[in-house]
Amino acid sequence: MEKIIKTPDDLERRRKKLLEERQPSRKWIAVPCGTCGLANRSDQILEGLKTYIKKAKVDVEVKKTGCQGLCESLPKIIIHPEKIFYQHVKPSDIKNIVEETLKKNSLVEELLFRDPGTGNTIVKFDDIPIMKKQHRLLLSYHEWIDPEDIDDYIALSGYTSLAKVLFTMKPDEVIEIIKKSGLRGRGGAGFPTGIKWESCRKATGDIKYVICNADEGDPGAYMDRALLEGNPHLVIEGMIIGAYAIGAQQGYVYVRWEYPLALKNLIKAINSAREYGLLGKNILGSGFDFDIGVNRGGGAFVCGESTALMASMEGKPGEPRAKYIHTVEKGLYNRPTTLNNVETWANVPIIIERGLEYYTSIGNEKNKGTKIFSLAGKVNYTGLIEVPLGIKLRDIIFDIGGGIKENRKFKAVQTGGPLGGILGEKHLDLPVDFDSLSKVGSMMGSGGMIVMDETNCMVDVAKYFLRFLEEESCGKCVPCREGVRRMREVLDEISSGRGNDAYIQLLEEMGSAIMDGSLCALGGSAPNPVMTTIKYFPEEYHSHIYNRKCPAGVCKDLITYSIDPDKCNGCAACIPVCPEKCITGVKNKPHILDPVNCIKCGSCYDVCRYDAVLRH
Amino acid sequence: MSDGKTVTLTIDGKTIRSREGMYVLEVARENNIQIPTLCYHESLAPSGSCRLCVVEAKRDNSSRIVASCLYPVSDGLEILTNSERVLAVRKLVVELLYARCPNVPFVKNLANEFGIKEPRFAKENDDCILCGLCVRACDEIVGVKAISMVSRGAKKEVNTPFGTASDVCIGCATCAYICPTKRIKVEEKDGYRKIWYKKFKIVNCRKCGFPIGPKEQLSYFIKIAKLPDNFYDLCPSCR
Repeated sequence: MEKIIKTPDDLERRRKKLLEERQPSRKWIAVPCGTCGLANRSDQILEGLKTYIKKAKVDVEVKKTGCQGLCESLPKIIIHPEKIFYQHVKPSDIKNIVEETLKKNSLVEELLFRDPGTGNTIVKFDDIPIMKKQHRLLLSYHEWIDPEDIDDYIALSGYTSLAKVLFTMKPDEVIEIIKKSGLRGRGGAGFPTGIKWESCRKATGDIKYVICNADEGDPGAYMDRALLEGNPHLVIEGMIIGAYAIGAQQGYVYVRWEYPLALKNLIKAINSAREYGLLGKNILGSGFDFDIGVNRGGGAFVCGESTALMASMEGKPGEPRAKYIHTVEKGLYNRPTTLNNVETWANVPIIIERGLEYYTSIGNEKNKGTKIFSLAGKVNYTGLIEVPLGIKLRDIIFDIGGGIKENRKFKAVQTGGPLGGILGEKHLDLPVDFDSLSKVGSMMGSGGMIVMDETNCMVDVAKYFLRFLEEESCGKCVPCREGVRRMREVLDEISSGRGNDAYIQLLEEMGSAIMDGSLCALGGSAPNPVMTTIKYFPEEYHSHIYNRKCPAGVCKDLITYSIDPDKCNGCAACIPVCPEKCITGVKNKPHILDPVNCIKCGSCYDVCRYDAVLRH
Repeated sequence: MSDGKTVTLTIDGKTIRSREGMYVLEVARENNIQIPTLCYHESLAPSGSCRLCVVEAKRDNSSRIVASCLYPVSDGLEILTNSERVLAVRKLVVELLYARCPNVPFVKNLANEFGIKEPRFAKENDDCILCGLCVRACDEIVGVKAISMVSRGAKKEVNTPFGTASDVCIGCATCAYICPTKRIKVEEKDGYRKIWYKKFKIVNCRKCGFPIGPKEQLSYFIKIAKLPDNFYDLCPSCR
């Protein structure tokens, strides 16, 4: 079959032929092998299954896919067509899976998912309760697609949105649909995508650019990585459609260097798209030319800011500039540029394919569609989730995340990454959307979500994020470069028990001046973690300042360890783990802890099985 | 920049007619309205990094703090140069710089002007406020880019590549001349100039012996201005 697809009919013929080869009833196994999968050695399971199946002469295809969420359960496999879900698969389980499930259609019980509430086993991936509350618009592709195989994407109607746009719609009509869809920038700011496109289309200049921002830098967040690793063609198709609407002939994807698999899969996908005539000159015979280049970022957090990203692409230091003249007018090389985040681009083909009525039925009034979050922290189930915008925080944390680990008490949730805010129990019924989160001093951000329990100290958490931002500040403007580190120093004082009355006011005063005065959104949002913790957890600050106590038992200068002689049975477990050798005693007699030399590492506390080590 | 159409704006309540393409700071100065600056220099492109020149820009019931050196004027714009929000930012900027460079007279004076006796933060002993005037002058005026900003965040500094003698530095000392804190050191001794880890031989006038400038600088000028090779053999008075 000739590779190049010359017309929309060609594409449709190709798709039908692929579907004939891929009968829905056939048996095949999906092995999620995104970076999260590979870190858990899913590649061993993939290769092991392939080898064993070949040897056993079973006619079952084994395919690697991208991340499908529920990363907690890796390495995992999903056996189609039933979508039987096996979790925590070890190489030694492979024989059992093939012999029992593939050959005899019987289940390997110990690999099944167990509902934490009822204790019952669940056979099918889609039946897992924590999958049910999700709305997997973008991530659902990952269940079917080998990211290195463009045919897998075409079989799922890939590039049909592009064909529809190029042959039946004028650029203005495309912009109108994106405007009506209510799609807002998934990079965090939530700016209406259609309006951005329209401004860029109207901007003067014969050369225009589109850019995909894949410089995801929030600690613990990997939505964009998963999309590029799992289904790069969705992003590419979105970019071509956007370029057609705006009038751009060149696009770039700016990917951080630390994402080698995303880079590999993206570059492979771009090359396949070129071979198929979906990128390059005269796409699908439409007369429209467009190509995509890939830029590797050096890993500076600030390069996720649009103007810093463009400066970096131009070979300049990654520093933002004032955006009083917008990048849609003067962006990359001073030319009109539309920059959208990976997830934003990935929504575009779906809007075109599924139509406005469907797309706008998801979400709430001003926030349409879904959002992918990277759920982390003290919940039972961590990993990527995709939910309709407007879902309550409570539903994410307790239904999808399965509640707080070890039955501890929920304390706080950080949304929006280091620049976001920290919200408390009273916000649990807040709808998760762009407007509601910014109203309470946090933000949607690109989709990081860190859940914290009673063992997390809010002063310490604010300090952690400020330290991150202090290092990642580009240093160009004074409020951000000097101010953020000084705020962190004030927090240092508070957490070491040297705070006083004036400190909270000082932090608030600095916070609002830094937010007002900084050059870009990094400085403009950097005080958020401090401002929100002061607002929603004032008692923790007061406790540190006035009582010299850290209620969560985290701030080392404010806690002491001792041994309760009534509870200590002298088992001696704590003696060897103390790095400072400050626990003494003989077996079967209560031990003694020397508080002077204790470095408060907590090793004795962790190792004691009799609750005899006290932290206060 | 300033041949655009006429716009009318107000600065601190005063109605001002200006031209599209101008920045608020330029217009304010034309009208004798003082806005303090640190990283601004009329011979250089504005950078908007010191944030001392911030003003409050109001339009359609919304208000934001902007850098006046980079904020373009437009019809109906309302500018406040001394609002409470503006002063809060400026005061913090000065206090932060004072804590960073407490021993630099220029910064001390600035703090004095803002009524800051002692910074509320631990004093350090730096002598660079990272205004970037030197870096921009080396690039935009001299055109050699011998120095640049290095690293980011608190580790940011002005330096040559890898902190060693730069191949392209011509020893002109424009950076030292423009530096407000006098942090860039130029040493002139025994017919040599030392700056940025590099030693330059000073060429003297063949007739009167008056020192003209570093050899590298004079050759650079001859090259870019297409001057005769022997142009700097004599000093301006003997020429």
